[in-house]
Amino acid sequence: MTTSRHMGQQHAGLQHPGATAVAEKGWLRAHKWLLLRRASQVGFLGLFLLGPWAGIWLVQGNLTSSMTLDLLPLTDPYVLLQSMAAGHWPATTALIGGAIVLVAYALIGGRVYCSWVCPVNIVTDGAHWLRERLGLPKGWQPKRQTRLWVLGMTLLASAATGTIAWEAVNPVSMVHRGLIFGVGFAWAIVAAVFLFDLFVSRRGWCSHLCPVGAFYGLVGSASLLRVSAHDRAACDDCMDCFAVCPEPHVITPALKGALKGADKGASPVILSPDCTNCGRCIDVCSIDVYRFAHRFDRRETDWKAAEPAAKRAA
Amino acid sequence: MSAAGSDKAKTGRPPLRGEAASRRRFLGEAARMACGVGVAGLLLGLYARQGTALPANALRPPGALQGDDFLSACVRCGLCVRDCPYDTLRLAELGEAPATGTPFFLARDVPCEMCDDIPCVAACPTGALDQELTDIDEARMGLAVLVGHETCLNYLGLRCDVCYRVCPLIDEAISLDRQHNERTGVHARFIPTVHSDHCTGCGKCEQACVLEEAAIKVLPRELATGELGHHYRLGWEEKEAKGEPLVPGVIDLPDRLPEATP
Repeated sequence: MTTSRHMGQQHAGLQHPGATAVAEKGWLRAHKWLLLRRASQVGFLGLFLLGPWAGIWLVQGNLTSSMTLDLLPLTDPYVLLQSMAAGHWPATTALIGGAIVLVAYALIGGRVYCSWVCPVNIVTDGAHWLRERLGLPKGWQPKRQTRLWVLGMTLLASAATGTIAWEAVNPVSMVHRGLIFGVGFAWAIVAAVFLFDLFVSRRGWCSHLCPVGAFYGLVGSASLLRVSAHDRAACDDCMDCFAVCPEPHVITPALKGALKGADKGASPVILSPDCTNCGRCIDVCSIDVYRFAHRFDRRETDWKAAEPAAKRAA
Repeated sequence: MSAAGSDKAKTGRPPLRGEAASRRRFLGEAARMACGVGVAGLLLGLYARQGTALPANALRPPGALQGDDFLSACVRCGLCVRDCPYDTLRLAELGEAPATGTPFFLARDVPCEMCDDIPCVAACPTGALDQELTDIDEARMGLAVLVGHETCLNYLGLRCDVCYRVCPLIDEAISLDRQHNERTGVHARFIPTVHSDHCTGCGKCEQACVLEEAAIKVLPRELATGELGHHYRLGWEEKEAKGEPLVPGVIDLPDRLPEATP
């Protein structure tokens, strides 16, 4: 690629994605969304743990269903869907709670649940970090649609057994409930997911298999909050965003859509429901190609207009 | 030899191209996916199915839907556990016998105190604990059964009576039925007798039993009760309902009782 302006000398390469961004923007700005995201994940967990650990009962219950300040019910709509498949019509409180969650994620992006709330994400991100440090091969890479099949399977299994089937094994609720109500052997599930992502399959759990993520992906198919590659014209093909993205296939249409191929003329907004809105691409881009935007925001920096100015400045 | 060539050599047909090839690939992938996920689903179904079995000493909270229905409704959120003022309820941890994350209690450890306002039921968001239950005396968490006929102190002829005394529905759910004490020949035995139409299965009796292992235990109701054949008619009830003997003209001979010894 000859369009690259910095490639080689300035970019530390895919072994250390984000190194250039750290050098150009400073460590804090190059980790802004990652830090916010970790704070959010730990914060949500903390809200639930405040009761059992400190006796401050702001939130009761766990991620599958909770009650905040005796006022706000929240229920996981995926669990409710399984419950309905199993032949139970949930009571009003759960339906209201489920509707609130559904509407919220439909607006801000379903998989925001994955990257900003789900406690398992910390585990799989940890596994991914270690995997990259160890330089392990990708391993088993099932198709990304596998999770949709798993999602369908859990609904069928619920209908066939008359139980909320996925909750029998769901690592997400196991971890969360384990921390809040007593862990039992749930730590083994955490270890299994960690080792699976570390040794068996790169980004295996969250990006390929987990039906919870698949469900929330569908919920957020038309979400408003999205990442936009608004300055895609300035992209220097360093590939850092692809290296850190848990779902790298979502980037291509938005980042390269303007140039050529089937996506020609595509919006700079990342529209794939697989995108988790984690914002890591914004962090690691040394030239700030990305920013948070809304799905109809097709504005982008005009490369041709900006070029002469840049030349003059140079 | 190229792959296409070997394909032709094996099947004798020209290799598939274009749409036919991509259709074949698509079908192959779909079949593989369906089979792989199907096997996983089978295992999941078997495991989930197994979770519906509840050990006999684990009792569900008041108002819990019966049997399998409970696991179709309970999302395992633990709100009932949080609102239980006596820490009776807890969620099963992974590795314990009840389905993981579902609420239960062990009567021998902490029985249900039968709160008037039934906070656990009020807290349940999904209806796994039935909101229709408004009178705790109507709860049917299980049924107390006096299983230890050889060890129960009252059966031995002593006056323990503890299970009877602690029963929240004393004289309704448990009564003491007087029997002749054959061993001494002169005393009475007061047999704790549970009445299934009043017992809520709260487990106070099991918890209070003074023995090393409780002689009275709360069991799931389907284990603890018998059921008459539906064709059974109890003659004395039928006779009373009719107001006269069922078979007219049957001669009722006088009973011959043993003569009193002097």
